This record gives sequence, C-alpha cells and structure tokens, in this order.
Amino acid sequence: MYGRGLRALSFATVVTLCVTLALIFFYAPIEADQGFLQKIFYVHVPMAIVALGGFILGGLFAIQHLRTRDSRWDMRSYVAIHMSLIFGVAVLITGSIWAKASWGHWWVWDEPTLVSFLIIFLLYAIYQPLRFSIEDPERQARYASVFAITAGVFVPLNFIAVRLSTGYVHPRVLGDTSSLPPKMALTFLLALLAIALLFATLCKYEITAKHTRAQLSTLRRRLAGEHSSVYASRGRSAAPRIQPSPVLGRTKV
Amino acid sequence: MSTAAPGAPPERAAGTAPVDQAAAGRPATAPPGLTGAPADAAAGARARPPGLAATVSALLRKELLVELRTLESVPGMSLFAVTTFVVFHFALRQNTVAGDEAAGILWVTLLFAAILGINRLFVADQDQGGFDAFLLAPVDRSALLVAKALALLSYLLVFELVAVPAFGLLLLGPSLGQALPSLLAVLALADIGIALIGTLVAAMAVRTRARDLLGPLLALPLLVPIVIGAARASAPLFASTHPGSPAARWLFTLGLYDLVFGLLAYAVFDFLLED
Repeated sequence: MYGRGLRALSFATVVTLCVTLALIFFYAPIEADQGFLQKIFYVHVPMAIVALGGFILGGLFAIQHLRTRDSRWDMRSYVAIHMSLIFGVAVLITGSIWAKASWGHWWVWDEPTLVSFLIIFLLYAIYQPLRFSIEDPERQARYASVFAITAGVFVPLNFIAVRLSTGYVHPRVLGDTSSLPPKMALTFLLALLAIALLFATLCKYEITAKHTRAQLSTLRRRLAGEHSSVYASRGRSAAPRIQPSPVLGRTKV
Repeated sequence: MSTAAPGAPPERAAGTAPVDQAAAGRPATAPPGLTGAPADAAAGARARPPGLAATVSALLRKELLVELRTLESVPGMSLFAVTTFVVFHFALRQNTVAGDEAAGILWVTLLFAAILGINRLFVADQDQGGFDAFLLAPVDRSALLVAKALALLSYLLVFELVAVPAFGLLLLGPSLGQALPSLLAVLALADIGIALIGTLVAAMAVRTRARDLLGPLLALPLLVPIVIGAARASAPLFASTHPGSPAARWLFTLGLYDLVFGLLAYAVFDFLLED
C-alpha cells in the first residue's frame, strides 16, 4: 500500500522541525548587522533550495517516466513539481519580507537569486495549465514529462545567465556555509534537513491521498454495481490519472 | 506462435529475409496483372527510407513554399515590429534612443514578433492533418524538428531584414552602420536559440486546447536568458558616445544556451509526436 512508512516519516519531520525551531530561536546567535530579523534566513533559504531541488527532481522523474512509461513516475514528477510550486510561493513571500526589512524594498532586481527564482517560478506556473488543457491522459502525461525535463534543464541555465547579468552589488548571505559562524552553519544545515523532510512528507501524503481516493471511488462504484470505468465520473484534471490497483480493480473488462 | 494462422509463417519469413529475396518473392504473390518492375521499386523504397538530410530538405521546401504562397508569418511579424517601434516612440516620448534602452527596445520587439511566428508554426499541421501525414511516412521524426527550426530561423532572418533597418531609421540615435557587423553575430546566435526553443514550445502548445495562450506563456520564461544575453551584447554597440564591441562572454552564453537547447530539443521532440 502507499501509506507505508508515512507515520515514521511524519514523526521524524515533526521532531526535526521542533528541534530546528528551538535552535533557531535559542541557540543560533543574533546577527550583528540585521539583528533578530536575520532568523528568516533559516526558513527562506532552505525552502528555496528544496523547491529548486524539487523542480529538478520532477525533471528526473519525468525522464524515468518517458523511459519506462510507468504512470507512477508521472505521478511522482507531478507531485514533486506541485509541492515545489507551493514551496515557491512561500519562498517568494519570505524573500520579499526579508528584502523589505533589510534593504527597504519589497523587490530587489540586483539580487540574481531572487530574479532567477521568479523566472523559474513563472515558467513552472504553466505546468498545471499545460496539463489541464490536454484531455487525453496518456498524452497529458507525456507532454507534462517533456515540459518537466525542459524546465529542469532550464533551472541551472537560468541561474547562470541571471547571475552573469547582475553585478555583485549586495553582500551574499547565501554563499557557502563555511563563511558562517559554526553555530549558524549547524542551525542552517539542520533547517535544510527539516525542510527537506517536510517536502518529502508532504509529497508522500499527496501521493497517498490521491491513491486512496482512487481506490475509494473504485470501491464505491463496485458497491453501487455500476459497470463504468473508474475515471468516467472524473472531469478533466491536471493531476495524473491513477490506474485501479490490481487488488481492488475489477478483473472483468 | 504455433497457433497462428496458416498464412502467417511464410509472410514472416519473407519479412525477415534480405531485401533482394523479398523483392524477388513479391511478384509471385502479386496479382498477375502487375508487372515486376513497380513492385521491385516499391519493395526497394520500403527497405530504404529517405535519409535525414533528404527528409529535412523536403520538409523545409514544403514549409517555405507554404509561407511563400500564404504569406502568413513573415509579413505579419515585420508589420508588428514596425508598429511596436511607433508605439515605443509614443510610450517613451523620445525621438531617439541609445545604449541599454535601445538594446532593450530592439530585443523586446524582436522577441514579441518572434512569438507571433512561433504561435503559427504548427497550426497548419495541426488543423489540416500535416502531423498525421508526417507520422505515416517512414522517416526519422527528428527531421520535423530540424526542418521547422530551420523554417522558423529563416522567417526570423527575413523579418529582421525589415525590422532592424526600421529600428535604425525610426528610433536609434547612433548610426546603425558601424554597429551592424557585430550586431549580425548577436542576431544570428539569438535567432538560433529562439528558433530551437520556439519550435519545441510550439510543438508542445499546438496540441492543447489553449494553444494561443500556452505558447507565449511557455516561450517567454525560456527565452529570458536569450534576451539577457542579446540585450547585454548589443547595448555597447548602440552607445551614443563610444560604441564598443559586444563582450565575448555574452556571445559565449548565447552559444552555450543554443547548444544545450538544441540537444535538449533533439532528445525530447520525438515524445511530442507519438500519436
């Protein structure tokens, strides 16, 4: 079944998040320049890294989908990109708050990381409309995978191009972690782990929920004695279609 | 296999036999009225599909012929560019522009005009069965990518023959003449990238319900690095006081982007054409 390990994973996520929050507020030193506000760094930067990683992961899953034609890979690719988009909204909001507080503007064009992230976010915002406007489920999955691979390659290229185009006007907080004091670096790495675990847990929850709903609707249909297909009642959707599982799906065609 | 129809094994054997044997066996099964020669030719054609270069040149010839007869893309793109320069004149309230501003206006206009061409690139194939006809032919499917990208590239080059002089005439402060040799290199590199990305995006968008909307929305973010590279490279050419030459790193960035997206489009294009 799909929910295997979900409880352990959720528990690990909650524990890591709590420990990280405790470290952020009670262990990591207050930064001399920006003061208390710099704490948003421990949420914003790990989320951005995890979101970008999720986008690239979606592209890798899409390659696997095109190679194997297994719809489970399409589902993983979809969920990774979907969740990264949600994280991306949070990244843009926390980034704006941080920029307003430390630089005085809600949006700063000199900061290449911000600009690259916005461009990538705008590209991936088309992923769901693209899926939604293709009706045939097989072609929807195939086109979505082609998009995910193209966009996944675009992520690093775009970063290089935007980084080249802007001077290093602002001091870079996100350099390498070795420039951070050890207490900050430890907190940052733990925060990165916590956010990555949160991402994995939410992805697993989404996949489990989608499969459970599909199985539930199969059972309901069987109970009602209808002989139509599982998907017959579902309208157009951006989410991948789920094949009925061999245990619960009907054996007669 | 053993339960197959009695007629199956000989056919299977003929199918796996070398070409000359299959061609020799054909007339025996052909109707008596049919002479051997056309059947031989048909068998030969079936065994050896045309190569990539032949397919690409046939497809490209068809594209250019259709464009010459219908004049759907290039005149529209050119007119759009000239109109946009007029709009920029009124929107900015400036008679001449130079430097960064000039490069920005030129590249935004070229980009949006290119999107008009990108949007129309596969519409005829989708609406009039061109995809089906192409898929029925025993040819390499990458040929369609290459041919369409070359067709789009030639549209862009012809349309820029109008748009760039019009820009020099209408808006640009410094003279276009001395900037032209370096500008041609920037235009060529950027056009290759626009043609490759445009073809990939157009093929993706044309078979969706909202193709007119999805095409530009997919293309614009993917083309941002090209605009960055091209605008930065051409800005020093349009400087009003000391015109310089484009920095090598921008040309290198454009070339690298073209290369990566060329390989990527080649790798994924087949998957867009499977049904």
